[in-house]
This record gives sequence, structure tokens and C-alpha cells, in this order.
Amino acid sequence: MLLVPCPNCGPRNSADLRYGGESHARPDPATASPSEWRSYLYLRDNPAGWLRETWYCASGCRRWFALERNTATNEFRGPPLPGDKRGGAA
Amino acid sequence: MTMSRLGIQSTEVIDRATKLRFKWNGKRFSGFEGDTIASALAASGEHIFSRSMKYHRPRGILTADYWDPNLLVQVGDDPNVRAGHRLLESSMDVRSQNAWPSLHRDLKAANSLLGRFLTAGFYYKTFMRPQWLWPTYERVLATFAPGGKIDIDTPHRYHDKRYSHPDVVVAGAGPAGIEAALAASATGAQVLLVEHQHAVGGHLRFSSGDADQAALTQLQATLAASDVEVLTDSTVTGRYEDNWLGIVQRNHPIAVERLIKARAKVLVVAPGLIERPYVFEGNDRPGVITSGAARRLINLWGVKPGERAVVFSANADGDAAAADLDRAGVEIAEIVDARERRRISSTTGSSRAVDAVVVDAGLASNQRIDADLLVVAAGWTAPTSLLNMAGDRPVYDATAARFFPSDPPANVLATGGIVGDGSLDQLRSHGAATGRLAAARAAAVRHRLQAHTARALAVDGTEPAWAPDERSPLGRDAHPELYRSDTHGMVDYSEDVSSKDLVAASKEGYDSVELAKRFTTATMGPSQGKLETVNTVAAIAEARGETIAEVGTTVWRPPYAPLTLGALAGRVFEPVRVSSIHPWHEAKGVTTIQAGQWIRPDHYGDPAAEVRNVRENVGLIDVTPLGKLDLRGPDVSKLLNLLYVNKWSKLAVGKVRYGMMCAEDGVVLDDGVTGRLGEDHYMMSTTSSGAGGVWEWVENWLQTERPDWRVHVTPVTTAYASINIAGPKSRELVSRVTSGVDLDPDAFRYMEVRGATVAGVSGCFMWRIGFTGELSFELHVPAGHGLAVWEALMDAGSDLGVGPFGLEGQRIMRLEKGHFIVGQDTDGLTLAPSTGMGGLIKLDKDDFAGKPELVWAADRRLPQIVAIQPDNPNIVPDEACQIVRGDSNEILGRITSARFSPTLGRSICLGQVEPELATGGTKLTVLLTSGERISATVIDHHAHFDPAGERLRG
Repeated sequence: MLLVPCPNCGPRNSADLRYGGESHARPDPATASPSEWRSYLYLRDNPAGWLRETWYCASGCRRWFALERNTATNEFRGPPLPGDKRGGAA
Repeated sequence: MTMSRLGIQSTEVIDRATKLRFKWNGKRFSGFEGDTIASALAASGEHIFSRSMKYHRPRGILTADYWDPNLLVQVGDDPNVRAGHRLLESSMDVRSQNAWPSLHRDLKAANSLLGRFLTAGFYYKTFMRPQWLWPTYERVLATFAPGGKIDIDTPHRYHDKRYSHPDVVVAGAGPAGIEAALAASATGAQVLLVEHQHAVGGHLRFSSGDADQAALTQLQATLAASDVEVLTDSTVTGRYEDNWLGIVQRNHPIAVERLIKARAKVLVVAPGLIERPYVFEGNDRPGVITSGAARRLINLWGVKPGERAVVFSANADGDAAAADLDRAGVEIAEIVDARERRRISSTTGSSRAVDAVVVDAGLASNQRIDADLLVVAAGWTAPTSLLNMAGDRPVYDATAARFFPSDPPANVLATGGIVGDGSLDQLRSHGAATGRLAAARAAAVRHRLQAHTARALAVDGTEPAWAPDERSPLGRDAHPELYRSDTHGMVDYSEDVSSKDLVAASKEGYDSVELAKRFTTATMGPSQGKLETVNTVAAIAEARGETIAEVGTTVWRPPYAPLTLGALAGRVFEPVRVSSIHPWHEAKGVTTIQAGQWIRPDHYGDPAAEVRNVRENVGLIDVTPLGKLDLRGPDVSKLLNLLYVNKWSKLAVGKVRYGMMCAEDGVVLDDGVTGRLGEDHYMMSTTSSGAGGVWEWVENWLQTERPDWRVHVTPVTTAYASINIAGPKSRELVSRVTSGVDLDPDAFRYMEVRGATVAGVSGCFMWRIGFTGELSFELHVPAGHGLAVWEALMDAGSDLGVGPFGLEGQRIMRLEKGHFIVGQDTDGLTLAPSTGMGGLIKLDKDDFAGKPELVWAADRRLPQIVAIQPDNPNIVPDEACQIVRGDSNEILGRITSARFSPTLGRSICLGQVEPELATGGTKLTVLLTSGERISATVIDHHAHFDPAGERLRG
């Protein structure tokens, strides 16, 4: 099981957190085209390599934060970015 | 072959003063404390322990340890016990498996006559067609399945679970593993040493050499005096991401098995080597044993394995076995030295015992040597399982005739026989160097983990440098490559797969090792490849005319050794939640229902009567699990506008509003009422099942999208006990116990909220809403006072006919009123306009969750939730029955909720239908579970009862 470095609680088993998935920016709802909006809803980069993704420390500090993880090696690289939800492939 | 107990051996682990009596296939036997089941039976002269899986051939001891494929027995109601490992206990009821009617007269041994038809893939090919006969095939074949008997009446036994966070875990407590643990511990690291066998020491335990015994004693003493935590009869079963380890402890004093989930900073893999059988004709005849088996029997348990032995030796362990046999009084008929290129060709004898060994004498005619025992030392298998699980792929070395690890990740280190050969001192010093390296790297990992924490932990100093691997590697001794002789024999004893089967499989095209494995089932039995993997690979390599290195090996996956499902299930840590009023429900004989983690009252005997009482008098329901979020701050109304589809800016203090939430795809996520308790203070309620998810959802918006908004969220679901008081007499009842609130219908109106003191409890709030359609007050009481307030209401209303109602009664009443339930009447595709409450959606708001999808959905014709009444009022369709077109199976919708309404005396439903069927009066055809089709009618309103809502406004 992956060990996730929560910025507040320290390293925690991934089962203690909710995986928010690949981080992605929310388009402006006033101007987004259907394809832009649905890409926000459903499409992910899914790179084999560095990825920025979000986690929610559901059993701990209840903070959402973003981390960069290498999907090929499961390495994390800091620092965690509290509240950040921008960008996908890092 | 005659086995018997020897005189006292200096190395033995049995206590001859403690005799243990037990039964073997109903007959009385005895052994000593410290015996395994197998050693006790062997000492008593037994030499047949099981029948083989396919051919039901008699099988005796092969390795005399955990991996012995021939020693699976039934102990009481416990099937597949490894008699080569399980320690004997007094009064054990041990039985053989896979033999009928008895071990010595097994009728299924007739299979062996059919052997040439029961080749690899026989079952796959034969029982494929016709497919309709498969249930019959399965029933018959099941009686041929090996393995013990499962007793479904076996009582539940206790299993335990533990979490551990050591710096270093060492898997394997042979000399190298012990030295690694001691060296790591000496640096201050926290070390867990896990040994599969019953005691530490590895191969030193069954070595009779004085130097080995002295080393064992010294290692045991040093270990006992150290800070290392030692687990024996325990196995590291799996290695997962970031050194997350599963460890099963079999000798826990209370639990049957305990599963330890350990997060090791560094894992040291030191499993030693497993002795490999040799393939030749008659190699599974009882009386053919490995050199390790001979040494274990003699040195650990004082068992003489035979009378006259041939020893086939390719290494020092074979030579040591010959010396042990000689000392034990076994006549050595011949030592066949593989290093001088001599080979065993076959054994002869009955199916039950060896009577002679045939030695391949090269060009001269074969030499036949009378013997009742053949001891084989043909080489080693490196159990690289844990390294494989860490991503390492073993590489074959033809000179040393075994696989070696190649390149494990930096937080997994290997030591001992698995990485090379050497003297005991060399193995020990490699182990110690590995332990020091492991501790140094663990310190760096610890520092790195802490450094990830910005606030919680202050990190001392700079990160220690990543220690380079400067261990001097162990050498590799040359060893003859011994896999198959000039005859064919058994490769996988557990599965009855011979080298001939593997050659045949290869000829049929299953020539990749992974394919051949699945086709023949070689390596897939209880031994799981520990004994047979390399011989399997070698047989395929030979058939393909390639080298073992070219063929490669199969991938070893978890678990390293089997563990029970009980150990995996472990102790249940799932919390159960009940409200503070629950003792009252139980005293009234409530029937409960589980809803998520909550145990809730479903009914108190007669839900229909509970409904009638609410409609006529007044009822109380405990709705504590209702999600409640306390929202404070100047920006709460902005948050509500963002989360709900409707508008919140003008909600006055003291008012309550119903809201519907959508996810960003426009699908209904949750609903509930939110009340404004003060200028900057709101209370949001959610569905009971949605409480956790909505909280997370709210936090996500506030933390990631609107971090500048000033809103503080506190979940207060369990801080309040919630009681809904419903029925025409509810106002009278509430007025008797409440102070500080004007309950006059004009002063406290429908959809309003008030703070109150109820039954002397201050800090309560109540709102006038209703899921039941009756005049009702939903009261929220500080949780500790819930029971007292509930009882006060019951006392105060006794003359009003007050009674409790449960979830079932509430569900009937909400269905009478046509209120949909998110997740019951909606699903993962139900967009907000489908609920019939599209009027709530305010597309003129700048933004809210899911808005773009709802804008685009506005001109689409969507399925609709409608109220439906079967034309026959006595038929209640099952929920999820399809609504179809006429006599066809074209699906036009489905019933989502259905009940018999005691108020209306008829069946009532909610359903989702295609838009063209949504108008009142439309006739529908409902396909019942029985296959019968009934007619039903869509009604004008969602509410089957009181559509104008006069009762709840009263």
C-alpha cells in the first residue's frame, strides 16, 4: 500500500486518504463548451511518469492537497500544495 | 522401508519426558512434545501419509518440512494441515486426505492405470463438451478433488490483526538473517525478525557439526539478549508498495492466526535455500527423500529414516546427510557422487516402498543396488518470492545451477544463501553488513518521511546520505546442473505433473513457462513452486532445446506461504453506530436495519399500524443519522448558492429551505433542508447515507475552488440526537415539553426553524418540515440528552396516543407523499430535471455545481420520476421491476419504490419512465419478477396522498 505524505499528518497509508485523482482545472462554467466541460469531467492525461494529483486526508486532517507522483515508480516529490487543483501531467 | 525412533540425539528438539497421545486414521499413536505430526508418525513406523492428487499413488515423506507436498493431512475440522510443520498436540485427531475408502486401500488408485490417458490438459479437453453436461461433470469431478473436508459447522474462531512500523524487517532467521537483525538493532534501529520455522537458526538447527551447534547456541543467546523482536512460526507472506508487508503469525497464544501489517523502512530478505528434488523414474516412491529430510528426521526428532540407504550427493549437504545416516545406524549401500558425473536412473519396488536403486553406470550396464531408502541432494531453489514482489527478476547462473536475485529496489536487501555461497563465517558477516546497511538506509527513509511533513513533526538535522552498498559479495560455488536423469519422473508432486507431461505440453505449443504452468498446473499446487519451479523450467528448456536462462522462470506472487481466510478477514474494526436513543428501541423489541454504519429502528412489530398512528395521532422517529453540517461565516450563502441548484441569497433568519445538490455532471448528488439559525450561522442537513460524502464535497469546494471564502464547516451529525415528531397531534405534544418558542401556527410556520428548550434541555433547535406529509417538528437535541427528551415526549404524549415509528413506516409515508430518495429513486445517471423538481433549478445563477450540464439538459427530453399506481390495488411490484412496451421486452422505465399504502389501502409506486410516458393518466405495463405483466397508471402528482399538502402546513 502506498505511503502518502500528508502535509499535516505525515506519511499515511493511502487507505486513510481519499484519492482525488489527477488534478485538473475547472473551466469557467459561463464560457466552457460541452467538449471542454466533458474533458474536465471525464478525460485524464494518465501519464506514465510525473503526475500532479489530489488527495483528501479523510481519516486525518481533512485537508485536500495536491502532490506530484511518478506513476511509474510511485515516488512522490514535494512540496505538497494545499488546496491546489491546477494542472495534470507535471 | 522401516522408520523408527533413535536414541537421544544432541541436536534433537523433542522432549522425551512429555509423551503426547493422538489418533491417526482412528488408531492410537503417540509422540513427544516437539515432534511434528509427521515425525511422530514416522517414529512410529508409518511411511505412507497421503495419496497423490491425480493418480492416488501412495506418498511418503519427501522433505519433512513445511513444503513437503506429501504431508497434507486433516486435523479435526482443519483441512490441509502441513504435517511436516504442524507441531503435535495431545489428543489430535489426524486423518489422511484424498484417499477413499482408506489410505492403504484407495480405490481411486485405479486412476494410475489410466495414467497414459490422464495426461496434461485431460480435464480441459475432455469435459469441455457438451457444455450442458458441465454441472454433472462438476459434481463427479468434485469428488476427485484433493484436499481435506471443510466442516461448515466449525465454530468461528478468533483471528487477530496488528499494525507494526519497524525500521527493518528481516525475513528469515538463519545465521545471515540473525546477524542482519543483530547488526541493525545494534545501531538503534527497531527490528522485527520473522522466521517461518518453529525456531531460529535455519540450517544450523539440523546440522550435527560441533561448530554449527556452537554457532547456533551463540546466535540464539545473543538474539535473546538483544532488542530484536523475534516472531517464529511466522511468515512474511507478501511485499507490497513502499515495503508494506503482510506477516502471518501462526503461533499466537490466543488467535488462530494473526495478520501483522508492517510498514518496514527497509526489508531484508534472507530465506535461505530450498532443496530441490531430482527427476527420475520412481522419484515419488515412498523411501525417496531429500538430504534435508534425512538430516531433519535424524537430528531434530531422532527418527531413523530407513535401514539401508543409497545417497545421491551433489554437494556438502548430501555428504553431511550420509554422515548423519551412518551415525544413526543406517547402512550406507552406496554414495552416488554427482560431482563424479554419476546419476541415479530409477528406483524399483512396489508402489509403497523402494526396494532398489538403479544407478546409471554410463556405457556399462546399469547397476542395481538393494536399498529401502534413497537420499537425494541434487541442488537448490532460491525462494526469490519477496524479491519478485518488489519487482526483481531472478537470473539463472548455470555454474551455480540456481537462480539469483538481479536488482532489487534500494529499500529491499538480500542476504544469506539466496545471494551466494560461503562458509558460515562468510554468511554471517555478509548478514551483519546487510543489517548495518539496512539500518543506515532505514534512518534515511525515516528522515525523508518526516521531512514530507511541513508542520506536524520537526525534523532534526539534514537527511542522512543514502548509504552505498559496499558489502563484499558472497561467492558462488560450482554445482552440477541436476534436473532430470535419463528417465522421466515426477516434477510437481502436489499436482501429479511429470516431466513427460511437460514435454507433451511443450509439443502441443504450451512452450512458454507461464503457459505450460497453467496448462499442466505444474507449480500451482500447495507447494506453490517452492520445490518444483526450477525442475519445471528445466523440463521445458529441455523440450525446447534451450537453456534455463533463455526460458526464464515463473513470477512468484503473494502469499509466500498460505494463510487462512480468517487471518485475512482478521478482527473486524468496522465501527457500528447507534443513536443515544437506541437503548429505548431495544427495550421495545425493535427490528433494526443496517444503513451504512448505522443500526436503525426499522419497525416495532407492525409498520402499517405505526403509519396509521402517525396519520391519526402522533409518532416519533429517531432520525439521528441525518447528516448535519454546522456552517458559519459571512460567505455561507455564497457556498449554498454554489452547492445547490436553487437560490439561497434571500433566506431569512429563522427560515428553512429544501435544496438539491448536483455533481459537476448534473446528476443528483444529495438533498435536504438547510436552515438559517443566525446572521452568519446555518445548519445544513443531508441524507443519512450522504453525510460523509457531502462533507468531503463541501470541503473540496472550499479548499480547492473558493479558498478565499470565509466559511467554517463543522460536522455535527452525531452531536445532535434528532427526533421527528409527526402527526396531527404533534403540535400539542411539542407544546407540552417546549419552552421559549411560540408554537402558534402563525408564529412558527411550515419551513421555519427555532432554537428551543425541550424537556428542560437547552441548546435544541427544531424545524417544521416533513417527510411524512404530516404536521411535524424535527427536533435536534444535544446528543447526550436524546434519550431523556425522547422519554419525556413519550410520557407527555401518552394520552395523545404517541408511539414510535421506524424507517419502514417513514418510507411508506414518504412514498404516499411521493418524495423521492436520492440513490433509491435516482441513480448515477439521473439529472436534476428528471426528479420532477426542475423548477428548483435556477439557471440564472452565475455558477453552481453542475450548471453547464443542466443548461445543456434544459432542452433535452429526459426520463422522469413519476408516481405510479398498479390497476390491481393489491399487487405490489418488486422494486426494480421493468416497465415495458406491451408484450415486448422493450424497456421504457422501471419501478424504483413500491409499498402497500395502509392509508390508501392500495399499492403505490415511484418509477422512472421515458418522457413520453410521464403525463398523468398514461397506462403502463409492468413486468413482474414472476414474468406476469400487469397494467398500471401514472398519476398526476408525485403525491399519492394529500397532493395539496394541507396536512403538513396545518
